[in-house]
Parts: sequence; C-alpha cells; structure tokens
Amino acid sequence: MIETRNLQKSFGDQNVLDGVSFRIENGESVVIIGRSGGGKSVLLKHLIGLLKPDSGEVLIDGQNIGPMNERQLLLVRKNFGMVFQGAALFDSMTVAGNVAFGLRRHAHFTEGEIAMRVAAALEVVDLPGTEEKNPAELSGGMRKRVGLARAIIYEPKIVLYDEPTTGLDPIVSDSIDKLIIRVRDHLKVTSIVVTHDMRSARRVGNRVLMLHEKKLYANAAPQEFFESQDPVVRQFVDGIADPVQHPT
Amino acid sequence: MNVFANKRIEYVLTELGQIALLTKDVLASALTFKVAWRDLLYQIYFIGVKSQTVVLVTGAFTGMVLGAQTYFQFHKVKMDTATLAVVSVSMCDELGPVLTALMVAGRVGASIAAEIGTMRVTEQIDALRTLATHPVDYLVVPRLLATCIALPLLTIEAISCGIGACYVVCVQMLGIDPAFLWQNMLHFTHDVDVIIGVSKAFVYGGIIGLIGCYKGLTCGLGAEGVGRATTEAVVYCSITILITNFFLTLILGKLVGLL
Repeated sequence: MIETRNLQKSFGDQNVLDGVSFRIENGESVVIIGRSGGGKSVLLKHLIGLLKPDSGEVLIDGQNIGPMNERQLLLVRKNFGMVFQGAALFDSMTVAGNVAFGLRRHAHFTEGEIAMRVAAALEVVDLPGTEEKNPAELSGGMRKRVGLARAIIYEPKIVLYDEPTTGLDPIVSDSIDKLIIRVRDHLKVTSIVVTHDMRSARRVGNRVLMLHEKKLYANAAPQEFFESQDPVVRQFVDGIADPVQHPT
Repeated sequence: MNVFANKRIEYVLTELGQIALLTKDVLASALTFKVAWRDLLYQIYFIGVKSQTVVLVTGAFTGMVLGAQTYFQFHKVKMDTATLAVVSVSMCDELGPVLTALMVAGRVGASIAAEIGTMRVTEQIDALRTLATHPVDYLVVPRLLATCIALPLLTIEAISCGIGACYVVCVQMLGIDPAFLWQNMLHFTHDVDVIIGVSKAFVYGGIIGLIGCYKGLTCGLGAEGVGRATTEAVVYCSITILITNFFLTLILGKLVGLL
C-alpha cells in the first residue's frame, strides 16, 4: 500500500506540490495525469524516495520513507521497479547487462540462471534475441521495453512508469500499453503510470489521479473521470488550449 | 562586494562539507566491502594501464630536462657526476608523484567527472538508485580505490623512466662517467625518498578519485553542466594536489627527520 499525506515540495521559490494526499492499494493500477511541468514526475520520484518532501509523508506499507537515509531506502526500493521517461539504460552495458543488473547485484544466481531469466524477461517485452545489442543501437520504443524488462526481472511488488509512451508513434505506444497491462496482470503488481496520453490512461488505469495547480484535482475511476463535465478535466481530456475560443 | 564574498565563502564551505559527507559514505562502503570487484579491476585497467603512455613520456622528458639543466650548473663547479643523484632525489620526492598526479588528473579526473556527470543528466544514477544500488558503492568506491592503487604504481614507473632517461642523456650525450654517476645516485637516494614519493602518490590518487566523482555526482543539468563539471574536476584536482604537496612535504619531511 502506498499513501501520501499532505505532500509539499518546492524547488527554490517554485512550488511544485502543495498538499497532495492519496492512497493506492496493493494490486491497483493508477494513472497520474496533469499538464507538463505540473509535478507528476516529481510526485512519482517521491514515491520511491528519489526526492524527499519538504513536508508531508510518503508511506510504503505503513512505513514513512521521508526520514530514511539512502541506505535504508535501498531496502524499500527492492520492492520497486521503475521505467524512466528516457529509459535511463546504462550505456556502458549491453541489453543483457542492463536487464541482469538487479539480479547480479542482489540475488545469488549462476550466470546460466541469469542468462535464462534475462531471456525470459526480454521475451515478455517482445525483444527476444537482443541480449548482445548496445542501448545506442535501439529505437526509443525498444529502449523503453528494455527499461521495463530491467524493472520487472526481479519481480517487484510495485512498478512505476514515467511517461512510458511519450515520444513514441501510436503503434509502439499501443504495444507499450499492452505490455503494461500484461505485466500488471501477469505479475499482479501495483502499477503507477504517469502519462499525458489520454488513450493510454483509459486503457491501463483502474483509477485516474489528476494534478492541477500543484494539488490533487481529481481522483476517480476511468469511466467517471473521462465522462466528467468539470471544465478543468474536460479541457485536459479534450486537449483544448483556450476553451473560450474553442468551446466543446 | 561583501555579499559576493559571503556567497563565495558559503559556496566553498558547502562544497567542502559535501566532499566530507561523500568521504564518510565512501569509507562506510569500503569498510563493509560492498565493492563491485569486477568494476574495480576494470577501473584499475582504465586508470592504470591506459595512463601509462602519458605518464612514461612525462617521466622520461622531465628526467631528461632536469638532468640537462642540473648538468649545465654542476659542470661549472666540476660536480658533473652528482647530476643523476639530484635528478633521482627530485624525481622520487617531488616531480615523480606531482607530475604523474597532474597528468592523471587531466586524463582520469576529467574522464570520471564526465562519465558520472553524463550518467546523472541522463537519469542513469537515479536508475541505479531505483535498482537498490547506492551510487557510492557502485560508482565512487571502485574509482577511488583504483586511483589509490594505480597512482603509486604509475609514479614508480615515472620515476624509473625519468632516472633511466636522465642516465642515458648524461652518459650518451653529456659524456659523464657512468660508474661515478650511478654510484652517486645510489649514495644519495635513500629508501625513504621512494617511500615519500609513493605515499604522496597514494594521497593524490585519493584526491583525483574523490574530486572527479564528486564533481560528476553534483554536476549541473545538460551538456553545459557536464562540461563545467569536467573542467572544474581538473582544475580542483590540480590545485588541491599542488597545495597538498606543500603540506605533505613538510609533514613527511618531519616524520623522517629530514627537517
């Protein structure tokens, strides 16, 4: 279970999050949406302890991770996998090296077992046989899939996705969405997806959280959210820059 | 002016504080043996083996130039055969460790800062943290240990090469008697000179590794941030080595009773 209580964060004099509170149950698939620069990625990084809140609490299974030091956070992070917006693959390693990284560091498998698990994880993300490629040789969609394989290989309980379909064409985006759903259903993980992509949000989420003007503006089931007549929600869902000039 | 000075002092103190915290993390990690041994070996190869050419050339030409200059002065007072002794002591105590450290700072300090800085701006360090890996364990400790191990070895190479090159210049080009030249060198160069040189090199290795990693881990965003971190790593390493050299010379000199 993940919970935030009155989360506040500023960078210098720029306030990004102002009293954000929500709760995500185990096994849920939650989509976080909001405008660019609205604090979605910042919120996601708070959930895994990459950023510390100025005030408020982040609770993982009832444990407040805010006051923890980096070494204590490492233990908490063993329950997490994270897929980054730019994939953040280690460019000094091959695909296999990237995917096997978590296993090599924290599990005691033989090289043969690691190779089998890497092959299986790459099979899950539809990239079989790419073990020896370098990240520089991969397309954007392939890099994100490798990032996903790296995040799920040690079977975490929670997977965080930071804009997994941004910058990808609709077909690759669709395959990534299907992948997120497959991972969610196959591994029974809690999924938290930050996205701008409304089609993706409809498909992968059991619940939608919307950040607006530094606060949590909406927290609803996808159907209820996408049928909402709230002007702020409608403007975002319909993608209208100026609702006065372009009434729905 | 006062505000500018205060900000500058605050900046310097903050940097020193952060380096002290990084050192504490490094010691904690090194003492618990959380080192990635494969990475340590690779770093020793990259820092030690790959730096040999530049270090050997530096050592050789420093020894040759110092030998020629010393000969020109000593020849006036008929002390030609003491040339190699002067070069030997100078190379062991000062020039060997300092010049090797400055060359390695330019090559390795910059490389470490650029590599870790690029990892930072491309979120690879965040990715490490999400994979439950402490960046100090994985990135800093292997590089720091590698510089501390490689630099003394490189310094010994530079010293040997410098003395050898000076010997060749003295015997082949300046016509000094090789037997007296060698005997004087052995007479005036003591074990303690080599120990001082190696000890200094060990400390400079720590400085290069620590500052290079620190600048990489704290670099600003974008290509400009990485570029600035790289430049600052080389400048800070070089200045710190030169200042530290003065104090180490005094301390080690006192310790061995030379002063």
